[in-house]
This record gives sequence, structure tokens and C-alpha cells, in this order.
Amino acid sequence: MIEAIFFYVFSVVLIISSMLVISARNPVHSVLFLILAFFNAAGLFVMLGAEFIAMTLVIVYVGAVAVLFLFVVMMLDINFASLRQGMMKHLPVGGFVGAVLLVELAWLYKSWVIQPEAALRALSPTPDPSAVTNTHALGQVLYTQYVYPFQIAGLVLLVAMIGAITLTLRHRPDTRRQNISKQVARKAKDVLKVIKVETGAGVS
Amino acid sequence: MEIGMNHFLVVSAILFTLGVFGIFLNRRNVIVILMSIELMLLSVQINMVTFSTYLQDLTGQAFAMFILTVAAAEAAIGLAILVAFFRNKGSIAVEDISSLKG
Repeated sequence: MIEAIFFYVFSVVLIISSMLVISARNPVHSVLFLILAFFNAAGLFVMLGAEFIAMTLVIVYVGAVAVLFLFVVMMLDINFASLRQGMMKHLPVGGFVGAVLLVELAWLYKSWVIQPEAALRALSPTPDPSAVTNTHALGQVLYTQYVYPFQIAGLVLLVAMIGAITLTLRHRPDTRRQNISKQVARKAKDVLKVIKVETGAGVS
Repeated sequence: MEIGMNHFLVVSAILFTLGVFGIFLNRRNVIVILMSIELMLLSVQINMVTFSTYLQDLTGQAFAMFILTVAAAEAAIGLAILVAFFRNKGSIAVEDISSLKG
């Protein structure tokens, strides 16, 4: 009973906040509702017994991705009212596509049957939750069976980091920067001239 | 009232549909389109974790982690492109992003 109450609270808040994400007038409100949606999805993950994914969702999505969205929305000076023009024009097409998709998915789930032996063919079976915590079990799978995908995920993040830096970095010609190799390559004989001064003659 | 696998799958289906609908609804605003893509990736993650729990297989949760990674990378690159574009054009309307069309 209490499980059902929590499930319905989390899922109703999740769906209502994601509706507000796509329909909010102000993009800052959109981002804030996105954060609320992520928190409720994390609640659903905890109900499913995936605590590690839930906590990662809160840390990565709320702590990094949503804050990045918030920075960009607030940093760019955009007239958001003009971007909302023609919204009503796209409403019928979008509603039609969404309705078709939802009917198709509902149809799929109605006729969905899982083979009884499917659980026996698990690629990496879940250990007993009372003996091994979710984080421990996930680590044992992630660092052994999926070590190459894990490395590739790290590479994807590295490429994303370098890409984001190269895209947004700009060199201003008027700023003076320290060029260390130029400083190190500077030799005394290139810039210094020793003059033998005769007594009483001075330097012209 | 027993909460089963189908309950979670229906929530994820509704969330995915809302993401698709959001892309159509905000055809001009790239930031909200990126947020809709995040919603769709979140619904896929809910699907993966649901199957992982009910089939007693940790593979789904491992791949949910990879989806999370890709979603974070996609958001970072997308927003960086957006910032670079806004610097050059002073606008983020989708119909202005057609300079490559020739």
C-alpha cells in the first residue's frame, strides 16, 4: 500500500513537472521543473532498488547538467517571447505524433509477455540484495564484464570536455598573454649589446 | 494494489511521449529542445532500470550509467555549440541556424 502511494506521488509529480518543462513561458522555470523531474525519477529508481543510479542521477543531472542549462539560459540575452511565436501552429502536429507514439507504446505493453526462462539467461545476475549492496554489485559488474565500455565512456567525457572548451574558447588579440616558450627562448646575446667605452669620450 | 513492471513502463512511455511532444511544441527554442532530449533519455533510463530490476539482471543498470554519461556529454557539447552560435549570430532561433544550407 505504502509502495503504491510513493509510486503514484513520484510518477505524478514527474509527469506534471515534465509537462511544465516543455510548456513553461520562462526557460528558467523550465530548468527548475527539469530539476524537480530528475529528483522524482531518482525516487522511482530508489523504489526499483537501484540506489547507485538514483544518487548518480541526482549528482550528475541536478548538480552538473541542470546547473549548466541554468548558466546558459541566464548568460545569453535572448528574447524568449519571440521564440514562442508559432507554438500554437505546431501544437496539432506535435499532438498527433505524440498520440500515435503513445498508442503504439500502449499497444506494445498490452501484448507484452516475458519468457519465463528469461531471468535464467541473465548476462550478469543480480546478487542477493541482503548480502551485497547495489553499489557493490554494480561495481563488480562494471569493472569486470563492462570494463571496455566503461573506458569508452570515460573517453566520451574527455572528448566532450575538450570539444566544449575548444568551441567556447576565444582569443582576443588585444589582451597581453604570457608566452613562456618565448620567454625561455630569449637569449642574452640577442638583446644585450656590450659597448667598450673609451675614457672621456662617452657614449654617443 | 501491487506496483508491477508495467506501471514503471507506462510512466516511462508517457515521459518519452512528452519529450517528443516538447520537440514539436518548441520548434524555435533550441534550449527547450535540448531539455526535451534530456527527458527522453531519462525515460529510456527508467525503462532500462525497470527491466534490470524485474529480470534480476544488472546489465540494465550498467547501461543506464552509460546513458547518463552520453547525456551529460551531449548536454555539454550542445550548450557549447549554442553559446558559440549565439556569439556569432546573436540569436538561437532554429530557423536562423541554416547557414550551412548554401
